[in-house]
Amino acid sequence: MATSAINHKSELSLENVSISFPIYHGGSRSLKKSLLFRGSGGQLASDASHRIVVQALRNVSLEFQTGDRVALIGTNGAGKTTLLRAMAGIYEPVTGVVKSLGRISPMFDISLGIDGDMSGYDNIRLRGLILGLSANEIEDRMTDIVEFTELGDYLDIPVRTYSSGMMTRLTFAVATCFAPEIVLMDEWIVAGDAAFLAKAQQRIEAFVKKAGILVLASHSSDICRQWCNKAVWMERGEVKLHGDIESVLDSYNNAREIAA
Amino acid sequence: MTTILNDEPHKSLRYLVTQGGAGFAFDSAFSDLRNGLALWPLWLRLGWNDILQRYRRSMLGPFWLTASMAIMVISLGVLYAELFNTPIRDFLPYLCVGLLVWNLMSSFLTEGGALFTGAESYIKQIRLPYSVYVFRSSWSKLIIFAHNFVIYFGILLYFEIWPGAVALLAIPGLLLVLLNGAAATLFIGMVSARFRDVPQLINSVVQIVFFVTPIMWKPELLRSRTFIADFNPFYHLLEIVRAPLLGSLPSAKSYIAVLLITLVNVVIVGAFFARFRSRISYWV
Repeated sequence: MATSAINHKSELSLENVSISFPIYHGGSRSLKKSLLFRGSGGQLASDASHRIVVQALRNVSLEFQTGDRVALIGTNGAGKTTLLRAMAGIYEPVTGVVKSLGRISPMFDISLGIDGDMSGYDNIRLRGLILGLSANEIEDRMTDIVEFTELGDYLDIPVRTYSSGMMTRLTFAVATCFAPEIVLMDEWIVAGDAAFLAKAQQRIEAFVKKAGILVLASHSSDICRQWCNKAVWMERGEVKLHGDIESVLDSYNNAREIAA
Repeated sequence: MTTILNDEPHKSLRYLVTQGGAGFAFDSAFSDLRNGLALWPLWLRLGWNDILQRYRRSMLGPFWLTASMAIMVISLGVLYAELFNTPIRDFLPYLCVGLLVWNLMSSFLTEGGALFTGAESYIKQIRLPYSVYVFRSSWSKLIIFAHNFVIYFGILLYFEIWPGAVALLAIPGLLLVLLNGAAATLFIGMVSARFRDVPQLINSVVQIVFFVTPIMWKPELLRSRTFIADFNPFYHLLEIVRAPLLGSLPSAKSYIAVLLITLVNVVIVGAFFARFRSRISYWV
C-alpha cells in the first residue's frame, strides 16, 4: 500500500436529519395488537399501543468536504452510532436528507460475515465481496493481504482454528485493503499483539490518510486529537457544538468537569 | 419514506442520497433490485455457504437432503399407494414430484420469516441492497431443490418411465415458482421483521395447505368438488412443474391462474417493498 494522494472528490452532508426508533415492546409489536387497533377504530390505540419513540437524531445538519477528519464526541446514547449509521446509509432518515459522494467504508464490525469453517482465503474473498469489491479487485489485493497477515499456510485451513490475534490480523488486513473515499469508524480500531501493533498502526494510518473524509466516533480525546482536525459534539441526538477540534474538545471536557 | 439513490456497486464514484418522507419510492425499490442482482458473486457465495454450513464435516454433505427426502418419498409412496388402492408405478412418481415442488414452495413461506431478522448483523453494519438477502435465500432453496431432484431421476430409472420432450416445460414452470417464491419470501420477511408472530402463523397455515393441496392425493378424487383444487393457488403453481415432469401438458387453466397469481403477487409485493423498504433496518 503505497501512500498516495488523498482521494479527491468526496462529500458528505446531512440536512435536517432526524431519526427516531419506535420501541416495539412485546405487546405493541404483535399482530394481535395491531389488528385490535384497526378493529376498534383506533380507540384502543391511545392506551394499548401507544408507541414509544426514541428520538435518536434531531435536525442534524452537517457538511464535510475532502480532507475533513471529524471526531464525533459525546456521552453514551448521544447518537454517535446512529449518526454514523445514517451516514453509511444503513438507517435512511425519517426526515431530512443525507448525501454522500464516494465509496463508504463503514468500519463498525470488521469481522462481519466471517465463517469459522471456511479457509482464510475464502473468508478474505467473502469479506471483500461484502465490502463491495469485485472478485478481480480482491484477487489483485490478495498478495498484499496475505503478506500483511503473515499467516502463510494457515490461510488454507478453517479460520475457527485461528487464535484471536490471527483472526484480528485477517479481518484487519481485509478491512484496510482498499481505499474508500469515506471512512466511518466507531472507536479507533486497535489490532492485535504488541509485535503486530506497530505494523497495524502504520497500515491504518496510511488507510485513513488516503480517505477523503474520516468520521471517527471516540471517547478518547487523545485519539481524536491525533487523527482529527474537526469535531462534532453530540448531545441527546443534537449537534451541540461543531468546529475546530481543539475548541470543541476544550468545551466538551470543561462541560464534563463541571458536571463531575 | 422516499429515497433517491444511485449506489451501484463497483462504480468508481458512488453517489448516495437517502431522504426521509412518506410515500412509495419505486425508483429506490428498482435500484435496490438492480444493485442486488449486480452483486451476484456475493449472494451466490452466501447462499451456497448457508447450505454448506448445515452439513459441514458430515460425510454425505448436502446429499443428506436427498437421502432424507428419498426415504420420505418412498415410505409415503408405498403406504399411500396401498391406502388409495392405486398402482405404485403410477402413484410414486406423482407423489415424488409433488413433494419436491411443494418442499421448494413451502420453504419460501416458512423460511421467509427469518429472511431479514436472521441477517440483522449484516443489515445493521453495512448498507447492502435488501434484495441481496432475497436472492441469497432463493438461490440456496434452488440448490436444495436440485439436490432433491436426483430422486426424480432415480424414480424414472426404476419404473422405466420417460416423460418425453414435454418435460422441458417444467423449466419455465419452475422459474415462475421461483419468481413467486422470491416475492412471497420478501413480503413475509418484511412483515415478520415488524410483527414477530407472523412466522408462527405461517408455519401453521402451511401445514394445512399441504393437506388441502393435491400432493398426497390426486385431484380426480375430488369428483364434483373440484373447486377445492381450482381455487388453490398452490395447486396451479404445482401443476405447471409437476405435469410436464410426469409427461403431460399442464392445463391452460393452470397457466392462466399462475400468470394471474404472479401478476398480483409481484404488484402487491412491489408496492409494499417500495413503501416500506427503508424501514427494514429499523424493524430488525
